[in-house]
Amino acid sequence: MSINPDLAGRIYPAQEPYAVGREKIREFAAAVKATHRAHYDLDAAAALGHGDLLAPPTFAIIVAQRADALLVNDPDSGIDFSRVVHADQRFTHHRPIVAGDQLVAELHVDTVRAMGGGAMISTRAEIATVAGEKVATTVSSILVRGEDQ
Amino acid sequence: MIDFNTLEKGQQIGSTTVLVNRADLVRYAGASGDFNPIHWNERFATEVGLPGVIAHGMFTMGAAVQLVTDWAGNPGAIVDYQTRFTKPVPVADPAGTNPSDFEGTAIEIAGTIGALDAEARTARVDLVVSVEGTKVLVKAQAVVQL
Repeated sequence: MSINPDLAGRIYPAQEPYAVGREKIREFAAAVKATHRAHYDLDAAAALGHGDLLAPPTFAIIVAQRADALLVNDPDSGIDFSRVVHADQRFTHHRPIVAGDQLVAELHVDTVRAMGGGAMISTRAEIATVAGEKVATTVSSILVRGEDQ
Repeated sequence: MIDFNTLEKGQQIGSTTVLVNRADLVRYAGASGDFNPIHWNERFATEVGLPGVIAHGMFTMGAAVQLVTDWAGNPGAIVDYQTRFTKPVPVADPAGTNPSDFEGTAIEIAGTIGALDAEARTARVDLVVSVEGTKVLVKAQAVVQL
């Protein structure tokens, strides 16, 4: 099956909110070997002006990849997940993510470029709180390798 | 605290090494929710044409930014962070090693100031991230609000 060329411009609306938990922040921080105390300790987070634990700079990937899954798992997209390679990633933070945030992500398929038998697909997740406050914009490209690549 | 006015383009902010073994990849898979088997299953990784199990690109990206956090003193000051993933980071599992204790692959990270924006009071830190002399991230750039 090949990549659906009409994917570009498609928008997948936000799904269930993602509740940012303290233990998830601690677990993710440990997993990327982030050592700043504001990821683990409430007083250290408060010292930087945050009301709860501060998420590491790439924490939004959890929310972004859940949104990306809407596209990858869409039977209409033609994407074979086992042939997907992560090509690039960008995070733009409108404000830091902290524990207690309830985040939703709207996924935009910005571009689809044919590459050999495969395709390079760029997506953008607009991450906001359930109240509508903009939190982060993440942009990523995935390379879906063709059958002969 | 960093005094923006003392910063210069090209200035080095330091360097560090992050070690990654198979246990680290399992931990990252669980924490991030990225369970792609190329990051934990040797057979699957080789079947899809990889040299073996490789680190999540997002592990490398997430770990490399620690250098910037240490320099800035505040992870919340990193307002923009991007990279391209150009080469895989192989994580070996040699016979006779304990998978939890084996030190694994060394990821070398060095940062320099690539640009300064006096109006926005931001510094862009350009990271060089390599394994055994090969760059594994390209255009790895973190913008720090000062």
